[in-house]
Amino acid sequence: MAKYTIKRLLYSVLILFFVMFIIYILMYNMPMGYVETKARELASRPGATKTYTEWLADLNAQYGMDKGVVGGYFTWLKSALTGNWGDSWVWTVPVTQEFHDTVWYSFALGLISFIFEIIIAIPLGITAAKKQYSFTDYFTTVVAMICISMPTFFIATLLKYIFSVKLGWFDLSGMQGRNYMNLSDFGKFLDVAKHFVLPSITLIIISIGGLMRYTRTNMLEVLNSDYIRTARAKGVPEKKVINYHAFRNTLIPLVTTLGGSLPGLFAGALITETLFAIRGIGFASFASMTRGDIPFIMFYLAFISILTLLGNLISDLLYAVVDPRVRLS
Amino acid sequence: MAEKKKSSYISGKESRKITRFNRRVTKKLESERADANKDPKLYTTVMKNPQNVVEFDNVCTYFFTDVGVVKAVDGVNFDVPRNSTVGIVGESGCGKSVTSLSLMQLLARPSGQTVGGEIRFNKGDGTAYNIVNTPNAIMEHLRGNNISMIFQEPMTALNPVFRIGAQVDEVTKLHNPEMTDEQVKARTLEMLELVGIANKEGVYNMYPHELSGGMRQRICIAIALACSPTLIIADEPTTALDVTIQAQILELLQDLKDKLNSSIMLITHDLGVVAGMADYVVVMYAGRVIEKGTAEEIFHRPCHPYTIGLMKSKPVVGQKVKKLYNIPGSVPNPVSMPDYCYFRDRCEMCCEQCQGEYPPEIKLSATHFVSCYRYYDEGTVMGYPKSVNVEELL
Repeated sequence: MAKYTIKRLLYSVLILFFVMFIIYILMYNMPMGYVETKARELASRPGATKTYTEWLADLNAQYGMDKGVVGGYFTWLKSALTGNWGDSWVWTVPVTQEFHDTVWYSFALGLISFIFEIIIAIPLGITAAKKQYSFTDYFTTVVAMICISMPTFFIATLLKYIFSVKLGWFDLSGMQGRNYMNLSDFGKFLDVAKHFVLPSITLIIISIGGLMRYTRTNMLEVLNSDYIRTARAKGVPEKKVINYHAFRNTLIPLVTTLGGSLPGLFAGALITETLFAIRGIGFASFASMTRGDIPFIMFYLAFISILTLLGNLISDLLYAVVDPRVRLS
Repeated sequence: MAEKKKSSYISGKESRKITRFNRRVTKKLESERADANKDPKLYTTVMKNPQNVVEFDNVCTYFFTDVGVVKAVDGVNFDVPRNSTVGIVGESGCGKSVTSLSLMQLLARPSGQTVGGEIRFNKGDGTAYNIVNTPNAIMEHLRGNNISMIFQEPMTALNPVFRIGAQVDEVTKLHNPEMTDEQVKARTLEMLELVGIANKEGVYNMYPHELSGGMRQRICIAIALACSPTLIIADEPTTALDVTIQAQILELLQDLKDKLNSSIMLITHDLGVVAGMADYVVVMYAGRVIEKGTAEEIFHRPCHPYTIGLMKSKPVVGQKVKKLYNIPGSVPNPVSMPDYCYFRDRCEMCCEQCQGEYPPEIKLSATHFVSCYRYYDEGTVMGYPKSVNVEELL
């Protein structure tokens, strides 16, 4: 397994190199990039001393955009490898600083919804499969379909309307209440937590449908298999058949998909964060993207690429852990 | 349009009606079964002959499907005597497996239901369980312990994520909770040796995918025999295996049966296997027993035209024929069975009486019974199979 992991990691490094190169090319050639916008702005300023072309050449030299695509990429790569990711052009702080300031909100949001998604969706899926074609089954399936079909902004707006406008339990958006500054440390924590309730519920609602249906399908397949009949023929009580024999097999596809999605917890939820004005990584990266902030986007996308590759590796390794038929070599 | 209407075609209206009816019937049957838990009298009965392990008495197992009620097993009568092998033969879909699954109560519920008759399982003290009404808690105790089953697909019958040892241990531990872990393991190793696995310590720690089909079937047999059951149901145990392994497995089963003093219900469509192993043979056709008797009687004096046809259609060593015999026609539609003899349309020996209702069971000797009008005057008429009217279940 160790040999396999090392081999996979080396492959990942190679993939990462080319992925980042492609991203750099795309960012470099983006029309209306940060430098161009800045040059135009400076040139059209009253009392500007230089023309647009002069400013552009000047700024290109300042921001290191004059080395061409390949040269620029390798310069970025070299400094990135030494741990220097540069300063964000838009946020005017080091990219790692901006990342650090935003990612933990996204992570908290992602983790909460991930845990609740598992706690709610998996037992529901199993119950639905256990009583196929019963009222419970139809009910959960219909609810799951609704959850999958409704867009995020609709659910978010609905929740805001009910809980903020009508009931007044939560604030409409934002991460802090009005009295935030006057609260104790624990009070501050509770205040932020309260503001995370609606976004978390939104994320949970949109994610449980898929996982529930996935669990149900897998459970049904397992329950119809021969070894479950063998277990029943042995005299194993029905509860143990479901929770031990069948569940252990349903776990194989579940663990691999869920394990693979673990790194995604850091990726942020763009729409939800924007709707609830949460300064998470999804929101920050979107703002950087539209304004052509190459250092931040390169850092963020490098991070996401590493997470994706890591996610794939984790799901493959977990496959071997939960399914004895799979041997990695 | 009316002329073109096929028996398999149903309109939306009919379909909804069937679904509604099925739901009501199965719900009622399920709740009746739940009620039976309370009173042991409801599922305790007495054996007709205490020498039998199991008696099937007019068993009716129906499936309430979306196209109508399928009478998979409809009035089956036969006994399994102590320490004997009963072979059940018949073509695919004639109800062999459903009969055995009814005995194990492993039918796909709620659509599959035993709606009538009695399956009496001998407790050994003169009384018997009527399996049809026995609640699940007691069935769990019987399954694997007193009645065990070997399935036809060894490749998929073992749970792929648990080790062989754990799977054999489980059944012993389940029915002998007083045994310690060491005793259970010792018992498992003993069983593995019994079924002829050489490297028992190694196999104990292996996963099913590391074993061949024949080995896996041996493990299934070890699981089935771990608690020394009084009855072993072998549902086509050798169908998925090649001929060499087949012979070994059958020999093994026969050996173990004698060692453990059990009975075997051997379900197969291989007449050669039955001839080699069975003491008694039950021939089934379209959900009913059409002939039963000792192996000698069935093979030397087959009486029912279907049995005669089966015997003719099997190749015989040393006998040259241009073409093997085959029985013309096919089995009637299980949703709408005719009210006359099910075999009449395929039969080459029809007589006048065959126009009437389904033939009764006719006793030809103490052990030989046949359901055919050709023997109406020759033997004693025992009784007609009784079908259950599903409309009356509500």
